[in-house]
Amino acid sequence: MNLKTMNKTTRSNMVTYLMVIIAFVIVQALVSSGSISSSLKGQLVPICAYIVMAVSLNLTVGVLGELSLGHAGFMSVGAFSGVVAAICFGQTIENSVAVLILAMLVGGCAAAVVGVLVGVPVLRLSGDYLAIVTLAFGEIIKGIANNLYVGMDANGLHFCMIKNTLEMTDGTMLINGPMGLTGIPRIATFAMGFALIMVCLFVIFNLVNSKSGRAIMALRDNKIAAQSVGINVTNYKLMAFVISAAMAGMAGVLFAANFSTVVASKFDINTSILVLVFVVLGGLGNMRGSIIAATVLTVLPEVLREFSEYRMLVYAIVLIVMMLATNNPTLKNAIGSFTGKFSRNAEKGEKANG
Amino acid sequence: MEFLFNLISGVSLGSIYAIIALGYTMVYGIAKMLNFAHGDVIMVGAYICFFATMRFGMPPLAGVLLSMAVCTLLGIIIERMAYKPLRQAPALAVLITAIGMSYFLQNAAQLLWTSSPKVFQSVVGTINGQTGIALFDGALSISYVTIVTIIVCVIIMVSLVTFVNKTKTGKAMRAVSEDKGAAQLMGINVNTTISLTFAIGSALAAIAGVLLCSAYPTLVPTTGAMPGIKAFTAAVFGGIGSIPGALIGGILLGIIEIFAKAYISTQLSDAIVFAVLIVVLLVKPTGLLGKKVSEKV
Amino acid sequence: MAKMVPIPSKGFMKESDIGQTPVLEATHLGIEFGGLKAVDDFNLTVGRTEIAGLIGPNGAGKTTVFNLLTKVYQPTHGTVLLDGKDTHGMSAIQVNKAGIARTFQNIRLFSSLTVEENVKLGMHNHTKYNTLEGILRMPKYWQEEKRTHERALELLDIFDMANLADYKAGSLPYGAQRRLEIVRALATEPKLLLLDEPAAGMNPSETEELMENVRKIRDTFQIAILLIEHDMQFVTGICEGIAVLNYGKIIAKGAPQEVINNPEVIRSYLGE
Repeated sequence: MNLKTMNKTTRSNMVTYLMVIIAFVIVQALVSSGSISSSLKGQLVPICAYIVMAVSLNLTVGVLGELSLGHAGFMSVGAFSGVVAAICFGQTIENSVAVLILAMLVGGCAAAVVGVLVGVPVLRLSGDYLAIVTLAFGEIIKGIANNLYVGMDANGLHFCMIKNTLEMTDGTMLINGPMGLTGIPRIATFAMGFALIMVCLFVIFNLVNSKSGRAIMALRDNKIAAQSVGINVTNYKLMAFVISAAMAGMAGVLFAANFSTVVASKFDINTSILVLVFVVLGGLGNMRGSIIAATVLTVLPEVLREFSEYRMLVYAIVLIVMMLATNNPTLKNAIGSFTGKFSRNAEKGEKANG
Repeated sequence: MEFLFNLISGVSLGSIYAIIALGYTMVYGIAKMLNFAHGDVIMVGAYICFFATMRFGMPPLAGVLLSMAVCTLLGIIIERMAYKPLRQAPALAVLITAIGMSYFLQNAAQLLWTSSPKVFQSVVGTINGQTGIALFDGALSISYVTIVTIIVCVIIMVSLVTFVNKTKTGKAMRAVSEDKGAAQLMGINVNTTISLTFAIGSALAAIAGVLLCSAYPTLVPTTGAMPGIKAFTAAVFGGIGSIPGALIGGILLGIIEIFAKAYISTQLSDAIVFAVLIVVLLVKPTGLLGKKVSEKV
Repeated sequence: MAKMVPIPSKGFMKESDIGQTPVLEATHLGIEFGGLKAVDDFNLTVGRTEIAGLIGPNGAGKTTVFNLLTKVYQPTHGTVLLDGKDTHGMSAIQVNKAGIARTFQNIRLFSSLTVEENVKLGMHNHTKYNTLEGILRMPKYWQEEKRTHERALELLDIFDMANLADYKAGSLPYGAQRRLEIVRALATEPKLLLLDEPAAGMNPSETEELMENVRKIRDTFQIAILLIEHDMQFVTGICEGIAVLNYGKIIAKGAPQEVINNPEVIRSYLGE
């Protein structure tokens, strides 16, 4: 397709795809040449999972315009259901890629179902009330997952809650209450993470540039006006919320399948907030920004390791300063007048070329 | 008897939540922001009191007053440095800044005071060597901390309601929460009023921190986080922005939590608390005492 | 100007619309807010291709009437027949689908979206592909996006705004925002278009142009238009029938000149 005839949004989306592909190729090359530290290598799949989390949360917060503080809850649902599915499928299917894909589908569907169950009653609320309810929901999921016991033996799967009353003689525990998921097949790979990111970007970009995406953004901008042109507010709100939940579920599967054990409290309010920070720092509705923010902020604590105990403090300060710098009018102008010259020159150059 | 014991424990825990919730609700009412760092101010308050009384041997009351003073100052500084520059910014930017502030306080506390737990000694002393009173021939024993907590909560509530409704400053606070622009035109100093709100909220957080750690003596840098979130829930539960709502929300939350722990499951108690919150908000979308605001078309 | 003839119990109607089902028939319409009757016993009939005006002093309840007709508020009394069909129990969305579109007194655009996207949103229910076809970019998506794109430009052209299609709606000057709202409402293919103070904040030459455009819209699309406006020149210059509202009640109805010379109307505007 000709770059010139494409409109601005399409071009920007292409740049994002390209950025992800190039980053993947470079990192893959670095990994195979062995010039990447093992701690960073271990971070690759989690980074992919966090990118998917950030991009999907951006659909809710940036595109739909509703604050969610329980996104990790969906990740948790996906991780737990997906891993159980992976173990079941793993008994009959050899190919680990196929198992992971199936597990992601199961995890995504489970998260979507929970998304509908939560969304239908809850999406009537908005603003801070919706935020607190999603927060509450995330904590409920954590509470349930922390008390869930799932075991498998020759007869199939067994479930119970609160106390481990499963009396299995020759089975294995898949989910062991507060100890979480155990014996996870470590089938997640960087390539799969990359593929998941691409799929999610494809879905979100195409959704946003279709009538449904426009409807979602319309009700973010002005709900009453959206109704006045016949847009079903509840349906589209739910659609965005559920798609976002499904993606978080898949991210959960990817994340869990990178470790041999995962505890439920990994997916708590702090994780939800961490992902929200990615989204806000990357820019609301800006998927490329989310990807960059998720990557940088996941790698940053690693890089800051030499400051060891100061690193989280530095992280907090960076966060506050970034917010002040991008949102305070005085500071913004000061920075703007400094960087403005560059961007204006860049614009001129673009026009001259076009 | 067990029921009565649980009820009293619930009211006591709820009183702590209510005092914390006040800070959330007042700040929300006036600055329309969720001050996520509020829970961590509680933790700072508890540490200050711990060091004042345990290390420097100050009397408990002096320790509490010192911790209130420090937290008041901390609240004002946080507001001036982090929130005031963002008065015109989108709500999400302010929320993220507050989250950053919360991380900052937790990590600063970890650097200053390490993450190893401190055992907090109750500021409520003993009478005749007893830590509580026994009723019904010892069938029901209530600790002094429990009683003091409830009394302190009642005193705070009564004085705060009086302050907000009767004094000139209190009226200024209500005016600012109603309409900042109009309040400014009436000659009210909006910035001072907002700072004052943070100051009061933070001083209350110090008291809550001390009471919390007197009842549950383990003190770590993340001590304030969960009670903070729960108190925030309590504020929403009662109707955010409403002072009596914070009281009712806090107490109910405390009772539900203790009852869930006692009769259902300890591990699931938090989940149950949050489930009740969701149900309440679905039935009354603005909380128990919240005002309904509808958009004018 | 079309000749107005009295019809029994229904006020006035354009001669050419007689014999056809009126597009709007509101009878005994009313709403109470906590005992206060904001609109009370409101009766109005609008013919198929009529341009009708709803005037009245500030706070008379004009916008509330619009909100009742479009179901932003559910009326507590009375009925609204749209094209002969009862709108009782319909939601704001269903009323729009049934054929009422509106603009707002305080502009409500999708301000972070482009002008074209705003108009395309007006065509939302007439865009024939579903979410999955959109995500997977099926042929239907491309066809429909092309069609709606062209249609949007056509509609924008009514107000000479096609060249603004790629600008953010929120960045347009005030007058253009008002016009965009009309285009967006038109895009929903209404039978009745409600305009809430379309000329507010416009200068005389812009108002003049707007009058022509409103007439053009009616003539091209053969729809009825009911408008609220304070600019009397605009109202008398364009409306074929006028209803005057005061304290939530209709106090006069009829042809423009008749109505504005009505002593009760003058009293209501100037006070006793």
